[in-house]
Amino acid sequence: MSTITAPPEDGSSERTRHRQDTLTWRQRRGQWDVKYSPYLYILPFFIVFGVTGLFPILYTAFISLQDWDLVRNSGEYIGFAQFSWVLQDREFWIALRNTFSIFLLSAIPQLIAATLIAAVLDANLRAKTFWRMSVLLPYVVAPVAVALIFSNMFGEKYGLINSLLNDMGLGSILWKTDVIPSHIAIATMVNFRWTGYNALILLAAMQAIPRDLYEAAAIDGARAARRFFSVTIPQIRPTMIFVIITATIGGLQIFDEPRMYDTGGTGGANKQWLTITMYLYNIGWGKFNFGRAAAVAWLLFLIIVGITLMNNYLTRRFVSGDEAVKKAKKTSLKLSTKGGK
Amino acid sequence: MAGRRRTGIGTGRPSPYVYAILAVVLVGSVFPFYWSFLIGSGTASTIYDQNLSWWPGGNFFANAQEVINNPAVNFWKALTNSIIVSTVTAASTVFLSTLAGYAFAKLRFKGSGPLLVAVIATMAVPVQLGVVPLYIAMQEFGWTGNIGAVILPALVTAFGVFWMTQYLSQSLPTELIEAARVDGCSMLRTFWHLGLTTARPAAAMLALFTFVTTWNNFFWPFIVLDQQSPTLPVALSLLQANYFVDYSLVLAGVLIATLPLLLLFMFAGRQLVSGIMQGAVKG
Repeated sequence: MSTITAPPEDGSSERTRHRQDTLTWRQRRGQWDVKYSPYLYILPFFIVFGVTGLFPILYTAFISLQDWDLVRNSGEYIGFAQFSWVLQDREFWIALRNTFSIFLLSAIPQLIAATLIAAVLDANLRAKTFWRMSVLLPYVVAPVAVALIFSNMFGEKYGLINSLLNDMGLGSILWKTDVIPSHIAIATMVNFRWTGYNALILLAAMQAIPRDLYEAAAIDGARAARRFFSVTIPQIRPTMIFVIITATIGGLQIFDEPRMYDTGGTGGANKQWLTITMYLYNIGWGKFNFGRAAAVAWLLFLIIVGITLMNNYLTRRFVSGDEAVKKAKKTSLKLSTKGGK
Repeated sequence: MAGRRRTGIGTGRPSPYVYAILAVVLVGSVFPFYWSFLIGSGTASTIYDQNLSWWPGGNFFANAQEVINNPAVNFWKALTNSIIVSTVTAASTVFLSTLAGYAFAKLRFKGSGPLLVAVIATMAVPVQLGVVPLYIAMQEFGWTGNIGAVILPALVTAFGVFWMTQYLSQSLPTELIEAARVDGCSMLRTFWHLGLTTARPAAAMLALFTFVTTWNNFFWPFIVLDQQSPTLPVALSLLQANYFVDYSLVLAGVLIATLPLLLLFMFAGRQLVSGIMQGAVKG
């Protein structure tokens, strides 16, 4: 090992002696650099979030308790009157019903289809990338564009779907008049855009399953279908929960597709496909009642939080098989020890 | 993962049924575009035609031109705005997310844990929650109708920070940073030479996804922008109001507005696929 003996600089011995109290400018800058740089790096995120996220959220809470005057841009405190108005409004409940209906009609078939497509893509395919890209293609199209295309295909008189139904000798379905058909049409737009995306997420989870699990199952005599339900599904469960949660958060906020489903954008003659976010928009930028719109925003947020928590609870309880088994074992253990005493 | 030869359900080469299912899915993915082209290349009466031909008509370019030249649609302005908004947003999101992700993944500082939790928590907050005050604020600044109002809230996202944190904590060895520091690199230089360089693959993905998401974003631009200076989705939403009877124009307009992203998909679709699959494994 060689030591580098630099010629002593002027005052270097001085510096070592007083290291604790007299740091050079360079050293001090170095210390500051280490200490404060991390905060500087994360600062832009928190500034942007503060200005466009946190401040508006708090302000939404404030405005929701006000009778907001658009001209003066200020309001009068009226307590929870906006909330109780919204909760007593029939349209709010219709919007809530529609939102949930559209969400369920899209989420459930989508998850099933995505899982099946993922399973098919997981096979030892030729031209893998081509097939994967083909399922993802709809994802890059704007929801507004998707809505315009499908709104045309679901036209009542001259739409493609109804003409096909008529050709098959079936009657037309009133896609833009009846409640459930309109929900199905809107759910179809959502599914068109997101099924492939979710299939790719599930495919990634499937590919991470250790191969020997399948081999062991095969040796035990499990056929393909059995292997799918007893190996694949339990193994991709955490990813499925992730997909369900993101679909829920996105689904409850749905706006683009129902807004573009007809030319008016108000959710149909009898509000058949009015959703919560459309309701918020109509109150905020149709009637320019910002206090009330803010109250709707908070209600929507609370609903999303509530559903997410419920989702967590349910998936933990029903979907996760081994946890249920663990719980059952625990209870039986408890019972047996109790019985022993 | 490359070169792995195993199948989830079966073994060996899959049966023809598998390809048949995939072909059906492929048709489902592509058909709506074909339908748009079919209607968009016809005339106003094509949609009412009882014996609609499955062969496209010859009016697509005329229809597209009519949409583009319609001053109410403001197509070129919308296209320029979409390009500016998506590019600026993607660039700034990538840079600021990498910066913050680097700090969270590799630097030790007081409060880093709770701060990262705070970042992740903000992901659960829906846009709707802040939209009213944000609009009031933009009105106060006089930014309504200005694409700045769309860019500002999207300059950096919690998802981006989270994504880069995940990537850098796995891909950048801490020893490398320490070595650079010992060699006398300042914090910023270390970030510049190690952080940014290592982050490049994840940054490319993030840029791509941010670009696509911003390009398609509708709710907030629809609120804050107007016909004078829209983004493409906002302009599309006006198409229907302008030509609510003539679907050949509406769907021709939809196709030309979608064309830029279809082109992007042709070149970067492969990256999008692997981005989604990587994100799934990590998230």
